[in-house]
Amino acid sequence: MGRKTAYCAVLVALAMIFSYIEAILPIHFGVPGVKLGLANLVVVTGLYYLSPSEVLLISTVRIILSSFLFGNGVSFLYSFAGGILSFFIMFLLKRKKGFSVVGVSIAGGVSHNIGQICAAAWISKNKAVLYYIPVLIAAGVFTGMLMGILSARILPVILRRETGQKKNHTRKS
Amino acid sequence: MKKRDIILAAALLFIAAFLFFLLPDKEAGEEVRITVDGQLYGVYSLFSEQEVVIEQECGKNILYLGNGTAWMEEADCPDGYCIRQGKIRRAEQTIVCLPHKLVIEVIGQNLSSDAVAQ
Repeated sequence: MGRKTAYCAVLVALAMIFSYIEAILPIHFGVPGVKLGLANLVVVTGLYYLSPSEVLLISTVRIILSSFLFGNGVSFLYSFAGGILSFFIMFLLKRKKGFSVVGVSIAGGVSHNIGQICAAAWISKNKAVLYYIPVLIAAGVFTGMLMGILSARILPVILRRETGQKKNHTRKS
Repeated sequence: MKKRDIILAAALLFIAAFLFFLLPDKEAGEEVRITVDGQLYGVYSLFSEQEVVIEQECGKNILYLGNGTAWMEEADCPDGYCIRQGKIRRAEQTIVCLPHKLVIEVIGQNLSSDAVAQ
């Protein structure tokens, strides 16, 4: 239990560093508001080696902490909407057979953007913002694919470490 | 990457393209409508050169209008996205400043966009 808590805390810290990097060094794609979603790497990979509740916890804590540190109250609301929607979409898609981590990440990127724009439309009480959805879907496919390809390279390393540690553990005990 | 991933990506891009072309033709705008927190702040012509100062408790935005375009010249919001959104000139284009709950929207002669925005 203690080891798991520490592990989740380390992953929250990692996700926050990613958020911080994006807050101070935003990478622009010529479309305002579109971000790479580096912090999403932790969530996407986490879905493959942690329990869903742990991933949800890490994602929520990351959003709360990074919004208070690098954002404001409004950015918390739309990050939260995007984060929660993308978590559930990715969780559902991961359970469906036939999709690799890249597909899961693409769905996550797109649903994150849709969640955010819907929250933005709701906060600004203006539906005209929704005209931006096509651009955000395309951007989500692109950034989600990038993060998914990265995750596909990271995951084997994490999983090898995980099983390696378990072997060591059983050998000791 | 599996086959289904590519199908998913292609389907999403297709939906994006479909929605993009489904949206009504965007003609050059005539006026801008400024709303603050969902309330109408004012309607200004895009062709009379002027600066509109939108002052609120939470901060100030300065919108430049003229020559058929509008852009956010100055803002003291924390993220500054409204300035980076650049110039708008066509109907239904928007500049949004979320921290200040401010939306600048171009309206054209064809008022059908009103029905969408309500």
